[in-house]
Amino acid sequence: MQVDPLVIDVKGMHYTPLNRMIREAVASGVRDIVLNNVLGQRFIGNGLRGNVKITINGVPGGDLGMFMSGPECEIFGDAEHAPGNTMDNGYLFIHGSAGDAVAHSMRGGKVFVKGNIGYRGGIHMKEYDGKYPILAVGGTTHAFLGEYMAGGLILVLGIGQEPAVRDRGIGSGIHGGEIVIRGDINEKLLGVGAKKVEFTEEDLERLTPVIEEFCERFGIDPAPFLDTNYSRIIPASSRPFAGKYTWE
Amino acid sequence: MSLGSVPLKYRISIDRDQCMKCMRCVDNCSYGVYRLENDRILIDSRKCTACHRCISMCPRDAIMLQEKPVDYRSHPLWTVEAREDIINQARTGKIILAGMGNAIDYPIIFDRLVLDACQVTNPSIDPLREPMELRTYLGKKPAKMEFTKNNGDVELKTKLSPNLKLDTPIMIGHMSYGAISLNAQLSLAKAVAKTGTFMGTGEGGMHEAIYPYQDHTIVQIASGRFGVDINYLERGAAIEIKIGQGAKPGIGGHLPGEKVCSDVSCTRMIPMGSDAISPAPHHDIYSIEDLAQLVRSLKEATNWEKPVFVKIAAVHNVAAIAAGIARSSADAVVIDGFRGGTGAAPKVFRDNVGIPIEAAVAAVDQKLNDQGIRNQVSVIASGGIRNSADLAKSIALGADAVYIGTAALIALGCRVCGNCYRGMCPWGIATQKPELVQRIDPELGSQHVANLIHAWTLELSELMGAAGLNSIESLRGNRERLRGYMLDEGLLNVLKVGSVGA
Repeated sequence: MQVDPLVIDVKGMHYTPLNRMIREAVASGVRDIVLNNVLGQRFIGNGLRGNVKITINGVPGGDLGMFMSGPECEIFGDAEHAPGNTMDNGYLFIHGSAGDAVAHSMRGGKVFVKGNIGYRGGIHMKEYDGKYPILAVGGTTHAFLGEYMAGGLILVLGIGQEPAVRDRGIGSGIHGGEIVIRGDINEKLLGVGAKKVEFTEEDLERLTPVIEEFCERFGIDPAPFLDTNYSRIIPASSRPFAGKYTWE
Repeated sequence: MSLGSVPLKYRISIDRDQCMKCMRCVDNCSYGVYRLENDRILIDSRKCTACHRCISMCPRDAIMLQEKPVDYRSHPLWTVEAREDIINQARTGKIILAGMGNAIDYPIIFDRLVLDACQVTNPSIDPLREPMELRTYLGKKPAKMEFTKNNGDVELKTKLSPNLKLDTPIMIGHMSYGAISLNAQLSLAKAVAKTGTFMGTGEGGMHEAIYPYQDHTIVQIASGRFGVDINYLERGAAIEIKIGQGAKPGIGGHLPGEKVCSDVSCTRMIPMGSDAISPAPHHDIYSIEDLAQLVRSLKEATNWEKPVFVKIAAVHNVAAIAAGIARSSADAVVIDGFRGGTGAAPKVFRDNVGIPIEAAVAAVDQKLNDQGIRNQVSVIASGGIRNSADLAKSIALGADAVYIGTAALIALGCRVCGNCYRGMCPWGIATQKPELVQRIDPELGSQHVANLIHAWTLELSELMGAAGLNSIESLRGNRERLRGYMLDEGLLNVLKVGSVGA
């Protein structure tokens, strides 16, 4: 049975009443919400649980989907600071670019950004148990991508430019997970504790579903990306600080 | 060329006439000082940490411990510690880690402050006879209250912010599961539930054994975001953002992989054996505006139902920083002084970075008052509160409540040996080894901690009664009831306290 979505015109609305409306709607069983005229409202979907799809037309403010656990947000516009911050589960599909600290400390779910992201993308992402966070970026990223990363996957396709990332500090302090970047990444761009390894046919096989899902979501032909022309960056050690200290 | 060994830190000896070879020392020492060979207990003093576990368990008082049994040539500048640290670093080339709080002999301001009492002109109050109001509310207080009148009924129109209600102004600070054992945390949780106060979870998530006491917990969100999800945030009575820690201002924390056992792993939500690394800053907070965003994000996620605290280390500009935090929608600011404890910190930080809590609290209280925003935030003092006098003086200097940490651990057996980072705590506190953890009985442990809180609460009532005060609000920020003894003029000005005799 097709149910009409709940459509909310959020023009000029403060985030607190907006989130309250969303929460109440989800609690009453609404599964499809459309927000129109979004302009800078922070914290949309913050801490939200449940099986709901939220379509965001416009540009949401910072911490979109922070602590979110389950819902799917599709954003037809750019996103601000730290979408997917400390997100537990669910999806953010951003049909634009996003600011700094995208997917900061994300523990589960997927954040797909069609365009570019700023500094510190995927910083301190971590995986645990059945949870495996994925940050995929269609464009490029600024410095400190995947810094302190403790688990999950960061994929950067660099559509329109190769290599996909030209900024420094990739994976500094990384101690879990992997960063996969289109093209051959200059090792000088890697941070302390990160190392580059060959991207193999097995890796491609493993990541093909992610690449295909990303491309399908944004209407991109996946074929040009299904080869082994990637750099795979992993931790040099799961204990980056083990050798730094001595006892008193 | 070998540097050879440095002298023993401690010498253990056994009074063989007293010893009955009951083997309790052998069984209790997790560091392996004692062993039985050919029916004789042999001693390896070099392994001793002065944790006193053996001494406390010896039924015959047969064990003796001597600190620094070997003299160096004495020198006022080149102390034993300075020399031994150099030897250590010449050998290893590494950063020296140390446990517990600041170990440098800085003057203790608390011990240079004296409290007041009534004589003749106003009567002191007997807490046995008169009620003493120690109930403390933490959180925003309205600048003014508006009421509506309806046919004689009066209703409050002003919307009040959520506050924490404490029966005594003593809380237990944040010591995470991982840094301390589950039985230690459980003892603290039961103790705060018994005494009507709160404890911090630390940044390690919340183990399900703590859930029954969750209404008495303040859940912490730190830069590693370990164990943080929406369920965790909703469990706590309040949420605390940890920006810094008094024992190591400006740097992050690393829980070594050895301490990440299966239970710690699922509470922190990280793989087993992996280092739990908390970066130095929160990487979503690079400015005071970003802090406000995180405070509001936490409130938004929890429906504006919980107070949000922000904890910072006491550093030089602590007053200005606290004033910024007061404007971020935060409900309380926690100031952690440079004597605050820790499981492990680089020694150079522990001993040299930050300022004393006494000066920090006084400066913060004054700054917030000067700016007319003291009602916007509560002030919680922590870092080296040793007794009810430190508690009373902290409140008189402007704190609403205090966090205790080391004091609560001492109530569980800790003897401040400072080897917490080694994970072999013979008292079952700073360890995850099951055979050591089970040395704490959470029921008994909680009674000891509750006794301590109760005793300090009684002493605080007596001190207040003697000063003619019957409510904690009358003591708060009441510098008139303090005098400085042998403090210099500069410090007296910072504390806004007069000299003795003045």
